[in-house]
Amino acid sequence: MATKRRASAVLALLMTSVLVTAGCSGGEEAAPQSELYKDPVTLSWWHNASQDGPGKTYWEKVAKDFSALHPTVKIEIEAIETNQLQRTRLPAALLSSDPPDIFQAWGGGEMTEQVEADYLKDITDQVKTEVGNIGSAAEIWQVKGKQYGLPFRMGIEGIWYNKDMFAAAGISAPPTTFEELNTAVTKLKATNVIPIAVGAGDKWPAAHWWYNMALRACSVDALKKASAEKNFDDPCFVKAGQDLKAFIDTKPFQPNFIATPGQNDPTSANGMLANGKAAMELMGDWNRGTLDTVTTDKAKLASFLGWFPVPAIAGSPGDPKAALGGGDGFSCAKNAPAECVEFLKYIVSPEVQKGYAETGTGLPVAKGAADAVKDPALKSILDATSGASYVQLWLDTAYGSTVGNAMNDAIVAIFAGNGTPEKVVSAMKAAASK
Amino acid sequence: MTSANQIRMPAGGASAPPAGPHKAGRESARRADNRRKWYEIIGLTTPAVLIYVMFVLVPMGFAVYYSLFRWRGVGPPTEFVGLRNYTLAFQDPIFLDALRNNAIIVFGSLLIQGPIALGVALLLNRRFRGRAVFRLLVFVPYVLAEVTVGIMWKLLLTGEGTVDALLRSLGMGGLVQAWLADLDVVIWTLLAILTWKYVGFAIILLLAGLSNVPDELTEAAAIDGASWWQIQRHVTIPLLGPTIRIWMFLSMIGSLQIFDMIWVTSVPAVRSLGASATMATYMVDNGFFARLWGYGNAVAVILFVISFVAALLFQRFLLRRDIEGAITGRAK
Repeated sequence: MATKRRASAVLALLMTSVLVTAGCSGGEEAAPQSELYKDPVTLSWWHNASQDGPGKTYWEKVAKDFSALHPTVKIEIEAIETNQLQRTRLPAALLSSDPPDIFQAWGGGEMTEQVEADYLKDITDQVKTEVGNIGSAAEIWQVKGKQYGLPFRMGIEGIWYNKDMFAAAGISAPPTTFEELNTAVTKLKATNVIPIAVGAGDKWPAAHWWYNMALRACSVDALKKASAEKNFDDPCFVKAGQDLKAFIDTKPFQPNFIATPGQNDPTSANGMLANGKAAMELMGDWNRGTLDTVTTDKAKLASFLGWFPVPAIAGSPGDPKAALGGGDGFSCAKNAPAECVEFLKYIVSPEVQKGYAETGTGLPVAKGAADAVKDPALKSILDATSGASYVQLWLDTAYGSTVGNAMNDAIVAIFAGNGTPEKVVSAMKAAASK
Repeated sequence: MTSANQIRMPAGGASAPPAGPHKAGRESARRADNRRKWYEIIGLTTPAVLIYVMFVLVPMGFAVYYSLFRWRGVGPPTEFVGLRNYTLAFQDPIFLDALRNNAIIVFGSLLIQGPIALGVALLLNRRFRGRAVFRLLVFVPYVLAEVTVGIMWKLLLTGEGTVDALLRSLGMGGLVQAWLADLDVVIWTLLAILTWKYVGFAIILLLAGLSNVPDELTEAAAIDGASWWQIQRHVTIPLLGPTIRIWMFLSMIGSLQIFDMIWVTSVPAVRSLGASATMATYMVDNGFFARLWGYGNAVAVILFVISFVAALLFQRFLLRRDIEGAITGRAK
C-alpha cells in the first residue's frame, strides 16, 4: 500500500538521477537531409489517445501508413493517459538520455522550459510550408520565433448546450451576453433542470470560467504581458475573480459541484450534459468525442447538442471576439533522427488531417481539412475559431504548471466559497517565485 | 557476547578434529571456519543489502539532496536554496491541513479500530455456529485492493448514491451528507472507509494473538470462579498486549503514509482545498502536478522524518519489552 507507493516514487527518482548522469554523455548528430530513409530507424511515439476509440485507432493507422510509405521507418507507439504523460512520464523521460523521439506537446510555458533545457529539436527551417498551411495556431508551438512542434488539433472553447432544454425553457436564441446567460439560467431553473454542469472536482473545468472572465475583463495587451512576463499586476485579474464570484452567486451550477469530475464517467459534468441532466457545459472542442463516450444514447445526443461562444460582458475592456483555446501537437526530441520531422510533417499534412477530422475527436488545423468536419456543433466552433480576433492559450498552459496549478487551486477556492478574487492573484505571484 | 565457539557448536561438533590436535591445526581450522562463516554472511546478505542500498538508502539521499534546490524537473537542479523548501512547506496552510488530516487518521484509526477489533476478536474466539464464515467475512475488506475499495465507496457515496438511497429508505434522510464534497465531512468519510477496510486486519492479528493465550490460564481462572468478563479483563487482554502494540505500530505507520485510498476516493479539488489532503497526496500534487520537484522532495523528506521519529518513539516507549523478548530471549 502506501509503503509500496513510496518505494516506487523513490525508485523513479533514483532511475531519473542515474539517467541524468547518463544523459550528459551521448547524443548523436542528426543524419543530414540527403540520408533520409537510407538507414532503418525506429521512432518511438508517445501520445495521449490512451482510451480505446477512434482517436487511438487512427494514430495506429497513421503510423502504419507512414511505415508503408517509408519502409525504413518503424514506429513504436505508446499511448499514455494525459496526466501521467504530461506530469510524470515525459518529464522523467526527457531528463534521461533516451526520451521518446516524437511526443505530445501542448505549447506555452511548459514548452518554453523544455526549450531552455535544450530538449526539443528546432524544426523552423524544415516545416515552413506546414506552418504556412496551419496559420497563426502554429505560433503556440513557437518559442522566441523558432518552431519546436506542430499542432494537429486546435480549437476554442465555448458552451455546449442542450437545444431541447433551451426550447422547453422558452429560450429562443443562445445568449450572447452574460445578462442573457443569467436570464437563460433563471428560465432553465424554472423548468427544473440544472442550468450549467461544471466538473469543479478536476479543478481545471472550474478554472476555465475564471479564464473567460479574465479574457473579458483584460485587454489583449494585459493578457500578452501576463503570458510573456508572468506579470499579473493588471487589476483586470482581480476583476475576473469578482465577476466570477458574482456569477457563482446566481447559483447556475449543479449542487456539490466541488466533487463532480469533469469528464469520462456518467456522473461527471460531461455525463450530465450528455445524458440530459444539465443544459450547458463550458468545454473545448474535444468535448464532442468525450460526450459520445459517456452518453447512453448517441443519436439523441447528436440531435440536441449545440454550441455557442462564451458570452461577452457588456462594457468590459476585453475584446468580445477574443476566445480561449488550445490544442494538441507533437514535438521531436533534440536528438531524434531526421525522419521524426518527416513524420511530424506527415501528421499535419492535409490528407492525414482530413482523416483525423473524420474521427470526430477534435478539430483539424491544416487548411483543406476543415471540409471533413461534419458535426454541426464542431462546424460552429470552426466558424467561431476563424472569426476570433485573438486566441488566448489556456491560461494554465500559457503560464506553465507551477503558476497554473496555484491559479487553479485558488479559483477552486472561490467556487468552494472560501477564496477571494485577490487571493487568486497573490497565489499566482507566490507560485511564480516558488 | 557470544563467543565464536558457541556459534560454531551445532555444525562444528561433527567435524571437530579428534582429541589432542596440534595447536596450529586447530588455529587454521578455526580460520577456515571463520572464513566460511563470512562467505556465508556475505553471500546471503549481499543481494538484500544491495537492493536496500540501491532502492532505499541512495534514493533517500537523493531526495534530501534535491530538496535543497529550487528545481522544476527540467534540466539538472542548479538553483541551491538551502532549507527554503522546508520553510515554505510549513508556511503553506494546505500542508498544515494535510498534517492535521494525517493526525486524524492516525488517532482515529487507533481509537475506533482498536476497541472494535478487540470486541470482535474476543467474540470470534468463542465457539459458535458459522464462526469460520464470520471470520472470513470480517477479513474480506482487507484483502481487497485499496484502489478497488476507494472506487467502490466513491460510487456508493457520490451523487444520488446507494448510501443516500439506503438512508432515505430507512427514514434517516436527515443523515444524508455530501459525503465526499462537503469540506468538513470528507475526512471523516475517508476515516470511516479506512476503518471498514483495516479493522479486519486488526481482528485477524488479535485472533492470532488470542490463540497463543494458554487455555490452562483461562481454565484456572474459571475454576477459581472468575466470570467470562473477568477472565477477558484480567487474563486474556493483558496477554494480548504485545499483539495490540504491534498492531498499533503498523496502523500508525500506515496512517502516516496513506496515499492510495485518499487519491482515488477524493477528487483533486477537495484535496487541493486541504479538506482531504494527506502528506503523501500533497507531495504528489505539488511535486508532479505543480511541477515543483525540489519542493516535492522536501515534503517527502518531512514525511520520512515524521514517520521515522514516530516509529523510534513508539519502539522506545511501547515496544521495548516486546522487542527485548524477541531479540535476546527471556531473561535467565
